[in-house]
Amino acid sequence: MSAPTVQDAGGHDGLEVLNLRKEYRSTGLFGRTRRTVRAVDGVDFHVPPGGSLGLVGESGCGKSTAARCILRLAEADSGSIRYEGLDVRAARGPALRMLRRRVQMVFQDPYSTLNPKRTIGQTLEEPLHVHGIASGRAAREAARALLGEVGLGTDAMERLPSEFSGGQRQRIGIARALILGPSLLIADEPVSALDVSVQAQILRLLDELRERRGLSFLFVSHDLGVVRHICDAVAVMYLGGIVERGPVREVFDAPLHPYTKILRAASPVPDPAARVTMMRIEGEIPSAAAPPPGCAFHARCPAAFARCSQERPLLREVVPGRAVACHLFP
Amino acid sequence: MTQVPPSPSHGPVLAIRGLRTEFRSGRNWYPAVRGLDLTLNRNETLAVVGESGSGKSVTALSILRLLPEGGARIAAGNIELDGKDLLTLSERDMDRVRGDRIGMVFQEPMTALNPTMRIGDQVEEALRIHRGLDRAAARREALALLEEVKLPSAAQRMHEYPHQFSGGMRQRVVIAMALACRPQVLLADEPTTALDVTIQAQVLSLLDELKRTYGMSMMIITHNLGVVALIADRVAVMYAGQVVEEAPVRSLFAMPRHPYTEALLRATPRVDEDAGTLAPIPGQVPSIRAMPPGCAYAPRCPLRRPPCETEVPPLQADGDRLLRCWVRNNERIAA
Ligand SMILES: Nc1ncnc2c1ncn2[C@@H]1O[C@H](COP(=O)(O)OP(=O)(O)OP(=O)(O)O)[C@@H](O)[C@H]1O
Ligand SMILES: Nc1ncnc2c1ncn2[C@@H]1O[C@H](COP(=O)(O)OP(=O)(O)OP(=O)(O)O)[C@@H](O)[C@H]1O
Ligand code: SF4
Ligand SMILES: [Mg+2]
Ligand SMILES: [Mg+2]
Repeated sequence: MSAPTVQDAGGHDGLEVLNLRKEYRSTGLFGRTRRTVRAVDGVDFHVPPGGSLGLVGESGCGKSTAARCILRLAEADSGSIRYEGLDVRAARGPALRMLRRRVQMVFQDPYSTLNPKRTIGQTLEEPLHVHGIASGRAAREAARALLGEVGLGTDAMERLPSEFSGGQRQRIGIARALILGPSLLIADEPVSALDVSVQAQILRLLDELRERRGLSFLFVSHDLGVVRHICDAVAVMYLGGIVERGPVREVFDAPLHPYTKILRAASPVPDPAARVTMMRIEGEIPSAAAPPPGCAFHARCPAAFARCSQERPLLREVVPGRAVACHLFP
Repeated sequence: MTQVPPSPSHGPVLAIRGLRTEFRSGRNWYPAVRGLDLTLNRNETLAVVGESGSGKSVTALSILRLLPEGGARIAAGNIELDGKDLLTLSERDMDRVRGDRIGMVFQEPMTALNPTMRIGDQVEEALRIHRGLDRAAARREALALLEEVKLPSAAQRMHEYPHQFSGGMRQRVVIAMALACRPQVLLADEPTTALDVTIQAQVLSLLDELKRTYGMSMMIITHNLGVVALIADRVAVMYAGQVVEEAPVRSLFAMPRHPYTEALLRATPRVDEDAGTLAPIPGQVPSIRAMPPGCAYAPRCPLRRPPCETEVPPLQADGDRLLRCWVRNNERIAA
């Protein structure tokens, strides 16, 4: 695979996200305390055409929020999102319609997003009608062809979502994401609910589709192994910010940021010889509602020093193609 | 104080033989566990691994006799704890075994916690019931246990309620409660599946440490081969309600012998190795209502030969392991 890397920013190609921010305000448990959660707190990344970027990090670090802002399922507070030269946040009318064709989403649980009363054929044909791309026989043919492409028989056309297994439903979810011919797929934990054997089937399918259709991917996952397999670059998030970004192999084989090191060491590998590295990992994941001052990670960081609790480190390139937000890399 | 009878430091503490657990659907009973043989030795961590629906949880529920009433039954086999068959115990004696001699930890800690009761009170209650401690002694011991499972600022936090705790902290409390009775066996069904990886690593190393200090045996159920590699001494791979391969952890990962074990390993995307090696397993785990007649794995197996699809392969010894496969068992005999 010689896909382009995340770092060749500059042009108006692909997806470009700059200084993205999104806060949620919520009332506390008994309606008394109001709190602000900085779900995404100044995030930058770039997915070149045909590239695939993994967004990894632990629960609550803001991965889904970032993805939802790009899809306009949530409105960002500030920052810029550009796709194929188009200003995503400002898009209205025809521009927004165009975006909705070019950028599609694959969810973790396709079942909850499929209408249980409609056949798979109806579900797949509907976007073609809505966007005025095809109708009648042409729409049906397009849907059939796509079912074949995602590895389902055409008899699926007449069946209901409840008649399919988890893996088959994810194939349907992928088919629906592809029906309008997008160039970017945003997948939020698309294989997390699946068994390993089925997970590998879906990952293989995504690989094939990417190759055949030249798709770009933004792939959200908490599983580093899955991301290593499907992505060429990765951005590691912690409490709303990116702490490290770079080519997937380099980041996972030789992580630079202390959090990436811990995340990598804690990710289990099927090899008992690697057991010795079951190192002491201290501390809980702090809440995004009360982010610590300075580096968000300093309270858990084994390498923290005075500056870390005072000043927030910026994400900067430390080796060509690799960026880290850590005072150890000034 | 319950005195745990002195027992040898090895040999089986829990022995399952020929277990068959069935569920009813309409008029028929279908087996989810089909002639399972499994032993857990003293001071050992045994991992039971397999895909969803392979019968891992049904095995755990059978051991604890917590199967749903009505639609489920243990049709055959026995389950011996220290030589005593649990299946013949009265409901009352079985109640004692659960919690007293077998500690339990499940995937979702909230199922084991009372949301309206303070954490400390819940641990105290477990101590009063299972160890017969008085209030003051139970309070002291509860704090000691919560400190032992490394609940930060345990003395203060024991006055809080479960909802004020993160998932990882709740699981620590459940572990403290499971340890309250100093069980011989700790049975943990996907104890870290709902947790983030850094918290998973903390909880697994805690379980490992406690197992050693308490001299317990641990049976850990998981679908994650990485977790198995981290914590197990011995591994049983389950498929369709049977053990298909059982081996010491190092042998299993160094040289998987059953085609299913091999396939599982090749289907697992690894963070420490490059892409390109991922090989999906075609097809799916069979439903308990449509078990293939021969080897249950035959419809998905690349090695299958004529006997595989018609006759059930036996679980046979093969060096340091047990193996259920016509082709692989015969290879060895031929060699
Ligand atoms: N609609 C919402 N209202 C209030 N807070 C929210 C909302 N959505 C997300 N949050 C908060 O924003 C933060 C980031 O959440 P997000 O769902 O983006 O995390 P994530 O990285 O996708 O986590 P996970 O791995 O658990 O899916 C969390 O603290 C979460 O509680
Ligand atoms: N209450 C029940 N009624 C009917 N069938 C059941 C019941 N509980 C489990 N089964 C069936 O028994 C088989 C084994 O289920 P079990 O829960 O033991 O799987 P598992 O290995 O624990 O899987 P998972 O990894 O998903 O937890 C499955 O086919 C399941 O559908
Ligand atoms: S018995 Fe036959 S079908 Fe079953 S695993 Fe062995 S080779 Fe494959
Ligand atoms: Mg999410
Ligand atoms: Mg289970």
